[in-house]
Amino acid sequence: MEKVAIIGVGFTGARPDSPELSYKELMYEAAVKAYEDSNVDPRKEIGSFIGASEDFWDGVSIFDEYLPDQIGGALRPVCSICNEGLHALATGVMHIRAGIADIVAVEAHSKVSDVVNPEGIMHFALDPILDRTLDYNAHVMAGLEMNRYLHEACVTKEECAEVVVKNRANALLNPYAPYGAKLCIDDVLDSTPTYEPLSELDTSNLVDGACVIVLASEKVARNKRAPVWINGVGWCNDTPNVGLRDWGYPRYVRLAAEQAYADAGITNPYDEIDIAEVDDSYSYKELQHLEALRLVDTGEAAGFLCEGAFDINGELPVNASGGSLGMGNLLDTNGLVKTFEAVEQLRGMAGQRQVKEAESALVQSWRGVPTTSGAVMILGNEPSGGD
Amino acid sequence: MPRRVAMIGAGMTKFMRRANDTPKEMAFEASKMALDAAGLELKDIESVALGTAPDAFDGVHMKGEYLSDGAGSFLKPYTRSFVGGGTGVFTGAHGWWHIASGMFDTCLVVGEEKMSSAHPHPQGAFLTIFDNLIERNLGPNLVWIFALEMNRYMTKHNIKKEDIARVSVKNKGNALDHPCAQLGMKITVDDVLNSETLAWPVQRLDISPTSDGAAAFVLASEEVAKRVTDDPIWIEGVGWNVDTTIWTNRDLYYPKYVEYAARMAYKMAGIHNPPKDIDFAEPYDPFDYKELHHMEGLQLCRKGEAPILTREGVTARDGDLPTCPSGGALGVGNPIAATGVMKLCELYWQLRGEAGKRQIPKDLRTGVAQAWGDLMQVGTVVVMRR
Repeated sequence: MEKVAIIGVGFTGARPDSPELSYKELMYEAAVKAYEDSNVDPRKEIGSFIGASEDFWDGVSIFDEYLPDQIGGALRPVCSICNEGLHALATGVMHIRAGIADIVAVEAHSKVSDVVNPEGIMHFALDPILDRTLDYNAHVMAGLEMNRYLHEACVTKEECAEVVVKNRANALLNPYAPYGAKLCIDDVLDSTPTYEPLSELDTSNLVDGACVIVLASEKVARNKRAPVWINGVGWCNDTPNVGLRDWGYPRYVRLAAEQAYADAGITNPYDEIDIAEVDDSYSYKELQHLEALRLVDTGEAAGFLCEGAFDINGELPVNASGGSLGMGNLLDTNGLVKTFEAVEQLRGMAGQRQVKEAESALVQSWRGVPTTSGAVMILGNEPSGGD
Repeated sequence: MPRRVAMIGAGMTKFMRRANDTPKEMAFEASKMALDAAGLELKDIESVALGTAPDAFDGVHMKGEYLSDGAGSFLKPYTRSFVGGGTGVFTGAHGWWHIASGMFDTCLVVGEEKMSSAHPHPQGAFLTIFDNLIERNLGPNLVWIFALEMNRYMTKHNIKKEDIARVSVKNKGNALDHPCAQLGMKITVDDVLNSETLAWPVQRLDISPTSDGAAAFVLASEEVAKRVTDDPIWIEGVGWNVDTTIWTNRDLYYPKYVEYAARMAYKMAGIHNPPKDIDFAEPYDPFDYKELHHMEGLQLCRKGEAPILTREGVTARDGDLPTCPSGGALGVGNPIAATGVMKLCELYWQLRGEAGKRQIPKDLRTGVAQAWGDLMQVGTVVVMRR
């Protein structure tokens, strides 16, 4: 299959609030940065524009209507994919491999500060007959899942708190991330209990921001500065039915990873991947996802974490950006923000948080409660794998 | 080069008010029918492409996630595409790129809509499609803005209301032959002209009904298709295009975005002379004038000529260029995303000669389906060939 590369990235940075800007202005800023970075004229050269969005988060029905103008897509092929940003990137890869376009722009944004009651919106994601009537907060599902994971993988709350300490310290080195902090484990454990066993600091905060990624075919990318190759993509769902899903182990991440590894020709992920940006919208999720990604064996992530393997100067730096715990949670934009970080790292432009000799990266996302929707992407400085 | 993509099975539920069925159940019913028609089981399906329109209809946030298991994507890769009313036909492109890209050999494509959950009426959901700052304060609704568009179209080409009403008469008549139709009926032009006026020039019988329903089809690579069927129908061209959000800055008499979408699909399918190369069409007809508007956008006739062709019977099922032989949204019903998928299913059944009483009485080789939506803004086009 044809190789596809990232030729440009643009990110506004994350902020808990952005009262002086509309979502359109955030999107415009990210798009302009990405088009400048890739040296592409959107009105002439981009053959397909894809936005990842959900109507309820945007406070408008049919968000597709509001997508084209500020990313340069009016009177061009534009579409919305109502999934995570990584699913939209995977769609862009398919567009290029199918010959729809040589250059594709993928956009996602969060203007969640405009949402009066985000938990009320999440409530609407519960099954209207089976779950919503029980009137529980969707975060409860994360608490239940964490409990199950701690039990199955023999992990402790203290070890999950280590994830928070690491990621928020990493965020101190990232100018895009608003939640940098020097914490100790007790700070996390002593924070307000929320949905047992989760505490306040185990959960990422919702933030605003927009991100645009420009993809190109091999032919185009070869003539661009510092292309980063998408060597594999995969995505998968478990069931939305809360009674039937696997609560301790995210099968959807495992299956998505297998698809991405097959695409990239990866057999031994821990050795073949230099850095990972994985979903950490709740602290335990980072550990659970690392295991489902087969980067470490089940039950071993916490051990590696405590030995420092996932630190910026460790053997496999994880969420050097600060992750969602340090960056904030940008809803369906998280995957693109993690991709942005991976591109910065692979290009050697990550400043103080630069990982040495990073040549390949794994990016993984999850759509958050109550979904079982995950996606995985493998990036590298050289094209590899596949036929 | 994209790989060839074949449609190998299709199915749909009856379109009607289905208060007793959940959206998941409707998606399941259509998916099962499509799989059975293709002679495949869910385990043979490698990927799922889902299309469904505003979450506000069902009142379910992340409706795609909610629908995913009903649409067969349990432990499978699935994505949901959404381009407003254009979503249904867009799923043809959405499923197509899964296979054309070489990433999957099979894809189950599902369109679902349940509008009856919205109270008191799904029009209420459409109140939330308008710009928060500029438009929503004015309280516009869809009938209102389409009345503007219809008026502009009629004024520009000096079209009489009765020539537009003929589309409604034709499509509701065609739907009498569709077993899944909600509103097949024998009416006259006068019935349309005498029906209740909603927002002039739009009258009740100019509009498609609100409906619940689902439709689905199975796509496969050439290799798989040739193994499971002797008569695959090929998706030869896909196109889509979205115009600016600022619809008040556009001349509404002509859907340029449909033209651009059609040109994209025609280029891929090698169609140079659409009226000659295309045997029949399923343009989107949520309002009767839209079928005419879209025939022009699809380059099936010159601007302003579609009402004349309709009056002359060219677009009747036994005419030279049949349009909406299924009965279209006006007759079969309009559960938004499912409608477009129904139109793709109709191309499939017509091209295979399996349309029963609806079968067009001539040799068919090429058909085109099209849908439209957003703020009179998006065109989606799929060309299929035998």
